[in-house]
Amino acid sequence: MRLAIAGAGAVGSSVAQLAGDYGHRVTAVADSSSAAIDPDGLDVDAVLERKDSEGAVGTADPGDALETDYDVLVEATPTTLGDAQPGFGHLQRALQRDRHVVLANKGPVAERYGEVMALAEDSAGEVRFEATVGGAIPVLSTIEDYGPETITAARGVLNGTANFILSRMAAEGLDYEHVLAEAQDLGVAEADPSFDVEGTDAALKCVILANVLSDGREYTLEDATVEGIEAIPPSALELARGDGRTIRLIGEVAGGEIRVGPRLVPEQADLAPSGTRNIVQLETENAGRLNLSGRGAGGPETATAVLSDINRLTRAVP
Amino acid sequence: MSETRTQAYTVRLELVDEPGELLRALEPIADNGGNLLSIFHERGNVTPRGHIPVEVDLEATPERFETIVEALRDAGVNVVQAGQERYSEELTIVLVGHLVDTDLSDTLSRLRTETNSRVADLSLSAPEGTDDESSARLRLKTDQGAVGETLQAVRTVADEKDLRVIEPLATGGGV
Repeated sequence: MRLAIAGAGAVGSSVAQLAGDYGHRVTAVADSSSAAIDPDGLDVDAVLERKDSEGAVGTADPGDALETDYDVLVEATPTTLGDAQPGFGHLQRALQRDRHVVLANKGPVAERYGEVMALAEDSAGEVRFEATVGGAIPVLSTIEDYGPETITAARGVLNGTANFILSRMAAEGLDYEHVLAEAQDLGVAEADPSFDVEGTDAALKCVILANVLSDGREYTLEDATVEGIEAIPPSALELARGDGRTIRLIGEVAGGEIRVGPRLVPEQADLAPSGTRNIVQLETENAGRLNLSGRGAGGPETATAVLSDINRLTRAVP
Repeated sequence: MSETRTQAYTVRLELVDEPGELLRALEPIADNGGNLLSIFHERGNVTPRGHIPVEVDLEATPERFETIVEALRDAGVNVVQAGQERYSEELTIVLVGHLVDTDLSDTLSRLRTETNSRVADLSLSAPEGTDDESSARLRLKTDQGAVGETLQAVRTVADEKDLRVIEPLATGGGV
């Protein structure tokens, strides 16, 4: 497959780097200000080196990347709320050209799911978005394989940063600010961690899960009840521990409700992973509870989900 | 087969402090179809007569429960009290906020009156002193099937006092 990659951050760059190993060719890479385009296939290393040294992937106009020859658009620009732009526009253009779209960007499927599905309906291209929920963990493809109608509920730890902070606070008895600073030093938390610690990122993933599991109703972030972890003092974790429990930021999708917030769970529970690990628990109608866990973020990890989506496209298109 | 609902009961026994007494007291329960839930053996708390109080929580249908009490008495076990346990579900929550400033004892009594539940256990942690934010872990005992209702009432009380509730996951397990 020929790939055009929008977004040259951790995920976009990793997809570009790994594409060759998976038998694909990268014909375009665009960042916010520039693009590198070659219908015969780009020299990915040179493009990324240029991005590193000059801050831009190439000299072409980023808009032209979407007009070049490709089979799949990999949309890996940053997630935005509300109108989900520019990601949504990129997806729209690709589908109008009957190209496939693989999203790593959560915005379009969390905020404008109905429109995305309608565009896909009218296109010969498909939309897949495994990378938007749980990084490397095959959550959406498992739901697809089982059949969304056989899944009665989904819950999980869907944000590695928040989980890292809570598990460090619990283990070391340190306060939130201290652990956050440590997480930032380690590169586990971003300079502005609000998206992660306020629960927004986990909520977006839950909204996407709700959309996939839903029978017609469309959900957006507005439908989610969201609480973050900033106000949790070490004393709360200590009390939880005294009772064999701990606190984790848990997202839940069940009965048309989406809820994200800190919850008490048994210390040894599946839903109390430590560090940045993510887990998704699916309640199935015929097979009981299913636990899927692994790395929920990171460039190569998330790129793996993107590439497995592309693989599924290869199978789907004659 | 008649479908009679099982209920939770508490039986208070007083046992002679001799080896094998506890087992002898539990056998009539198991033999008559009672499902043991918990046994609280107060070894350190001897009655004036030198007996050891034991509290047994069990589940049984009302008919079987009567048979169990009779069988215990037939076996010579001293049954002090036998009755239905009113509080048969438990949930643990953590409250965070200005617990002391917002009158903790009022919070607790409102939980009792408004949620039809009882605070079975309370631990408070106020590392910065009582003027600052503190945390409390509460174990609430509530009626069978009333956990959702209880949580809703907890949220209402907490909301009014600007306290934060950290709820348990998935009532009924969640492991």
